[in-house]
Amino acid sequence: MDFETVIGLEVHIQLKTKSKIFCGCSTAFGAPPNSNVCPVCLGLPGVLPVLNKKVVEFAIKLALATKAEINFVSEFARKNYFYPDLPKGYQTSQFDKPIVGKGWIDIDVNGKSKTIGITRIHMEEDAGKLLHDAGDEASWVDLNRTGVPLLEIVSEPDMRSPEEAVAYLKKLHAIVRYLDICDGNMQEGSFRCDANISLRPLGQEEFGTRTELKNMNSFRHVASALEYEIRRQRDLLLEGGVVVQETRLWNPDSGITESMRGKEDAHDYRYFPCPDLIPIELDEEWIERIRATIPELPDRRKQRFVEQLELPEADAVLLTSDRELAEYFEATLSHGAKPKKAANWIMTELLKELRGEPISSCRVLPEALADLLALIEKGTISGKIAKEVFATMMESGEAPSAIVSRGNLAQVSDEDEILRQVREIIAAHPGQAEEFRGGKSKLLGFFVGQLMQRMKGKANPAVANELFLRELGS
Amino acid sequence: MDLDDFSLAEASKLLSSGTLTAVELTTRCLKRISHVDQELNAFITIDEQGALEQAAAADEKRKNGKAGKLCGIPLSIKDLIATRNLRTTCGSKILEHYVPPYDATVIRRLREEGAVIVGKTTMDEFAMGSTSETCAFGVPRNPLKKGYVAGGSSGGSAVSVAAFESFASLGSDTGGSIRQPAALCGIVGLKPTYGRVSRYGLTAFASSLDQIGPLTRTVEDCAIVMQTISGYDPLDSTSVNRAVPDYCRSLAEGLDGITIGIPKEYFTSSLNSEVEKEVRKGIELLRSRGAKIVDVSLPHTEYCVAVYYIVAPSEASSNLARYDGIHYGFRDSKAQNLIETYRSSRSNGFGAEVKRRIILGTYSLSSGYYDAYYRKASQVRTLIVGDYNRAFETCDILASPVVPTAAWPLGQNSEDPLAVYLSDILTLSANLAGVPGLSVPVGFTQEGLPVGLQLQGPHFSEELLLKVGFNVEKGLSLPKRALYV
Amino acid sequence: MPFSRDQLDNVARLARLDINEEERNFLPKQIEDILSYIEKLGEVNTDGVKPTSHVMLIKNAFREDEIKPSLERKEIFMNAPEHNGELFKVPKVL
Repeated sequence: MDFETVIGLEVHIQLKTKSKIFCGCSTAFGAPPNSNVCPVCLGLPGVLPVLNKKVVEFAIKLALATKAEINFVSEFARKNYFYPDLPKGYQTSQFDKPIVGKGWIDIDVNGKSKTIGITRIHMEEDAGKLLHDAGDEASWVDLNRTGVPLLEIVSEPDMRSPEEAVAYLKKLHAIVRYLDICDGNMQEGSFRCDANISLRPLGQEEFGTRTELKNMNSFRHVASALEYEIRRQRDLLLEGGVVVQETRLWNPDSGITESMRGKEDAHDYRYFPCPDLIPIELDEEWIERIRATIPELPDRRKQRFVEQLELPEADAVLLTSDRELAEYFEATLSHGAKPKKAANWIMTELLKELRGEPISSCRVLPEALADLLALIEKGTISGKIAKEVFATMMESGEAPSAIVSRGNLAQVSDEDEILRQVREIIAAHPGQAEEFRGGKSKLLGFFVGQLMQRMKGKANPAVANELFLRELGS
Repeated sequence: MDLDDFSLAEASKLLSSGTLTAVELTTRCLKRISHVDQELNAFITIDEQGALEQAAAADEKRKNGKAGKLCGIPLSIKDLIATRNLRTTCGSKILEHYVPPYDATVIRRLREEGAVIVGKTTMDEFAMGSTSETCAFGVPRNPLKKGYVAGGSSGGSAVSVAAFESFASLGSDTGGSIRQPAALCGIVGLKPTYGRVSRYGLTAFASSLDQIGPLTRTVEDCAIVMQTISGYDPLDSTSVNRAVPDYCRSLAEGLDGITIGIPKEYFTSSLNSEVEKEVRKGIELLRSRGAKIVDVSLPHTEYCVAVYYIVAPSEASSNLARYDGIHYGFRDSKAQNLIETYRSSRSNGFGAEVKRRIILGTYSLSSGYYDAYYRKASQVRTLIVGDYNRAFETCDILASPVVPTAAWPLGQNSEDPLAVYLSDILTLSANLAGVPGLSVPVGFTQEGLPVGLQLQGPHFSEELLLKVGFNVEKGLSLPKRALYV
Repeated sequence: MPFSRDQLDNVARLARLDINEEERNFLPKQIEDILSYIEKLGEVNTDGVKPTSHVMLIKNAFREDEIKPSLERKEIFMNAPEHNGELFKVPKVL
């Protein structure tokens, strides 16, 4: 039997506000434990929340970027449950009146475009952090994260494969980074994803029983966990078993999902309107003011790269997937680089040398990259040498011309000098010269290689080829 | 000179004329407390040293010419209002050793005025009760009759004022908890409009109903305290940004042109006849002083208790979830694991009434029951609000009893919570509608137990309520209350 | 409205309360009495009536996104049942 996979995602993003959602404590990541904590964070008797206006504005930004309905009146509700990282015994969230309703995001998978629906986006507070010492009979609580603002983005069950799920996540990730409302750091937990996944026989309309997957803190983990879960559910169904609706944790070490059954209490969150927070009422004017601050988003930018810069679609998708990368690319162009050349260099050399670090940490500024590309263009250095120069630039941050002149790396195009070397090499290898003349034309590579070795790769390869052919001319 | 010779307003004059220093006044209050409080139990915590330091600072402030009316005046505070570095138990074992690291907004306002906080008063645990008998730290006694309840939940506040242990007290009112003990102890109590006084630092019982307000010996004193504690607070999202009038300005004006509505639903057969007689006398007085008296109807009054006992416990079940033994408060150290820690700390920390209300509230919000209980009650609440709106189309304020009876002996009804709940029937609806309610002494029963008159008005009508209350007080000039201590 | 011991146990579990034997004997009846009284709300026609959760008709209370001082460490832990000066100690969470 063939099955169809159905995936819906719940993404939590931590917002890049200075202060928390309901109090003035800092949201800074990495502060000493329990230092960004006030009576409101502690949930002391008598404290009250006051909503950070920026959180509302960020929610509206994301709504506008996902073409979503904005609810002009929305409310907070309390989600009641006990957990040591939740000092009030409830999470202040939104329930039946979220700030944002239905919207959508377009994704590209294998060259095909697809629209993924968004069910809702709502504001809520993050919980604190629980720490566990191995062997220790206790757990420990750090409340710094308590009250950090979150948006929860709930998708429709519109994805049909792990690839689509990852494409959706990457697009959403790009959008929130373009909007500058979230730093998108999955390891630090500022961009978190839970997945609902089920299988159904191909052609069946009704959804199968779903499981909820948690603890996936990279795109790769999301893909692996979904792939594992598809196999697990398929095997179960093929054996005539049933999928149990439950929460499962992705274990990245063993590469499997594990049931949380028994560790979880049956939930009844007893949502009700939060009496301490009054309704939020938006007006057109406020929304328009926010709309004016929205930058060009990845889809629009990609289109522009394809249409105006004539980049291949795939290059445009990659370059626009990250706001800083796209801006770096455009800055390189503004210093005179040609689009396709700059794109190639950024997508291969730059991303390789960055080794996953953010582009903001790159020591090579766009201007310097443009200079390097100009040196190649003018024939001052070869592409091969340029890679070495670039590696040095990444290390030292020096200008390419300085590296080239100090290392005497400029390409030699002077025919006299090259000719002298060519004649010496032919004289030193009479046997190979004979074979070449006898028709073994592949040996040209051998001769050029010898030359490059002697000239430390600086000989202009076009000139070298031409001279060897002439000198070996039969 | 005896403390019971003067009101807060008079004490303030004595301080400003230099007849008396704040330290002298505070010392007398503390002496009075040490003399009577063993018997009356108005206080959970008495801050003798802190009070004397604040009094000395107040004298200094006065010397520098910056003193307001409350500067140097000894006040008591219900023990669910956060006072920095002064234990705040909420009348509960679960917070027996809890010391807030911050001041409530009302406390900050009082301190800025130079008021002296002598201590924290006894109350029903988390303000859940009508007699203060659910307090984990002793039950306050009605100072007018031995063995009688002081009312609740702000019982200790009422007693401390009625028995001259302080000049005024701040209480909180969720369903009558200021007005009812004020009435039972023969003093003045005001529940302000919802949003008039900041709730920041008030331990939440039912957040959509709670308000802080004064308990005082005179209407003028009430106006003075209101002047200081009222006003918008950016720390309380539900506080209303609206100018605070001068509450003392119009007190002495007459009642010409004022229409007073008598809600017929408040005068039922369950109303004690002596109470009714005194209240009617008060209404006649208002007529004689120029007010027009009309009959009005608040048709949904009979549903107030039912609505209240869904809404308040529901909110409370959520508000009291934070007392779980994790970050502060009582933790049962014998518990073996997390779930036991929660259950054991809460079960041993909370008293029976609190547990009962948490059960009731949790149930009303739980899956499958929400619509039938919480949602239904919230809808009927809308109708109750509508009743008031319609009534205030035909009258300026409402006059009624506060409680259907006078004070009763301690220990009654402890087996029948519903009977106690029903005694709140006349005060609950003001909280459900967010309107202000003033309780002023209007007379005594044969037994010498005080009876209160309740005045309710539209949102932000405190100035009018105080003026009418002042007329009652001056018109009746009731005899001095005879205390048994 | 009947309120059984099982319902009591379920609600107590949600509310993280222990119910002792004595309470199990009298609480269901007390809750049942209160719920029976509350049933009178059924008499009221509330078709189309919007529920009231906030009695004042105010909207939009916001604060600006500004950092305010947090508490001192010693104030954060002054009421904590168990801590190590940096973290709150709680029973092992599995």
